[in-house]
Amino acid sequence: MVVDQTPAMEVEDLTVAYSDQPVLWDIDLTVPAGDKMAIVGPNGAGKSTLIKAAMGLVPSVAGEVRVFGRRFAKGNGEIAYVPQRSSLEWDFPTDVLDVVTMGTYGGLGWFRRPGNAERDRARAALEEVTMAAFEHRPIAQLSGGQQQRVLLARALVQEAPILMLDEPFQGVDAPTERAIVAVLDRLSDEGKTVIVVHHDLQTVPEYFDSVLLLNVRAIESGSVADVFTEDNLRLTFGGRVGVLAQLAATVSEG
Amino acid sequence: MDLFSDYTLRVVALGSGVLGAAAGALGSFAYLRRQSLVGDALSHAALPGIALVFLLTGSKAPLPIMMGAALTGWIATLLIRAVVRRSRVPYDSALGMALAVFFGIGLVLLTLIQKRPDAAQAGLESFLFGQAASLLREDVIVMSVLGGACLVILGLLWKEFKLLSFDSEFGDSIGWPMRRFDGLCTLLLVVAVVTGLRTVGVVLMSAMVVAPAAAARQLTDRLAPMVGLAAAIGVFSGVTGAVLSSMVPRLPTGPTIVLVLSTIVVMSLVLAPDRGLLWRWVKLGRLQPAAALDPVLMHLYALAQQHPDDPDHGHGVGVLRTMSPAGADIERVLDDLSNRGLVHSVGHDLWAPTPIGRREAERSIEAQSKVAS
Repeated sequence: MVVDQTPAMEVEDLTVAYSDQPVLWDIDLTVPAGDKMAIVGPNGAGKSTLIKAAMGLVPSVAGEVRVFGRRFAKGNGEIAYVPQRSSLEWDFPTDVLDVVTMGTYGGLGWFRRPGNAERDRARAALEEVTMAAFEHRPIAQLSGGQQQRVLLARALVQEAPILMLDEPFQGVDAPTERAIVAVLDRLSDEGKTVIVVHHDLQTVPEYFDSVLLLNVRAIESGSVADVFTEDNLRLTFGGRVGVLAQLAATVSEG
Repeated sequence: MDLFSDYTLRVVALGSGVLGAAAGALGSFAYLRRQSLVGDALSHAALPGIALVFLLTGSKAPLPIMMGAALTGWIATLLIRAVVRRSRVPYDSALGMALAVFFGIGLVLLTLIQKRPDAAQAGLESFLFGQAASLLREDVIVMSVLGGACLVILGLLWKEFKLLSFDSEFGDSIGWPMRRFDGLCTLLLVVAVVTGLRTVGVVLMSAMVVAPAAAARQLTDRLAPMVGLAAAIGVFSGVTGAVLSSMVPRLPTGPTIVLVLSTIVVMSLVLAPDRGLLWRWVKLGRLQPAAALDPVLMHLYALAQQHPDDPDHGHGVGVLRTMSPAGADIERVLDDLSNRGLVHSVGHDLWAPTPIGRREAERSIEAQSKVAS
């Protein structure tokens, strides 16, 4: 595989530890520009920690992250982040449009208030995730799938070349899952890079171009066709029978 | 009765109003960040600061006293943070310990001061439960400047503090110094709290921080109205409590304000539209018990598992009804599930899970087994 472009993201020797216990060990990863990559691994493999550490949201013990060839610095608008839906306090007193408008805050700088231009961008993003009718809905009244689409819309507003999503399909309804997949496909077609922490092995070949198999260490990464094999999955998941049985079917179909 | 023509009452009312507005507005953010108890810890921790300043200077001038109060209060919040970060002591325990230790030291110092044959110390004990009637014009000027400054900064950094309260990690991801905003937000709360110590007293000042926010949250689903309402409730209860306590000799202000506040909070908890207890009781009483979507999908999935070769084998509504709690509206649940693409109708009153529905059911079984293991 020849890539004549600078990779969107290169991670080198990234190590993260919580009180001396390594959570991520010596991760090397290259994500080509325009790639749709899934990060897959068992619970506690460090999937969420990896994307947070790559963005500098949790401290790393060692390692370097380069984005488009330059050392990554927070706040230059290169990465938009969609956190896990359940990590937020949805009883907060605000509405859908306000949350999505938060995607413009990085470009606004301090003190300045978002105005009509910012709100229009937020409305356009809501349109894309088919939530336009909900702009005045208090966020406390949203379903799980709607919450997820609101968070995706907020990331779209950031217009970053790289999107990182933490478990966006966790516990969402089928229309939301289809809506998110459609948006991710479009972003990828536009040359944006999408990195998704994903827990559903069955949909990996359908939704993604490439995959990182993670279990504290990076077991293997590359295109789904090359890397998403039964052997590699056995290495990653340690031979959990149910998972592997499902998987054999998926791989032979795909 | 023409209360506001009285000069003293005007001063008292103005001071209490300013502190009510500042404490209500800043308290809203403390409430939303689940840090309401910080107000309690830092107001108690202000007492040793007040006593120390008096010991050192022998004066009760408002500015030095407030600075001393703010200093020890601020140190207490820093200590709480340090203990939580560096030890395994949970947050609420660290808070309780800081409160007790600082308040204890404050009481000891206050007792020492009161034993001295010094006329100037008279009235220092009013910092415990508050005495609005003892407010001077000088006090009110300092309170207005500090409280006003808090509100101006809050207005300037509105969206920053909103993001801090709703999704601090997102703020971090766009490169904002969220820890500094966190420190500043706490500092403003410290200032708001110390402006109220003379009027409300260290023991009950936390009520001015928590109660207006709790009542306001019941009444609105938007941030700006919530903060505005909390400030208004703070002003109203501050002024009412201060004026009432000024009219009755020896009635401390803090408890009076808290009585006014409690009335407002209880009313909002019971009567608030949508979130209030009465509203929910009426609404729940009207609705039939609705079955949750998931159990019905799981039952249908379990039934479908008995026909592995025929995924579209239909199952009757009646069967699902016997599997569900009495009185559940199975038809409506099936409609909802089918709108979400999880089940489909395969004949009159016959239903089967769709492939997506089967996968959803498998996921939720997997999720439950994860929880169980």
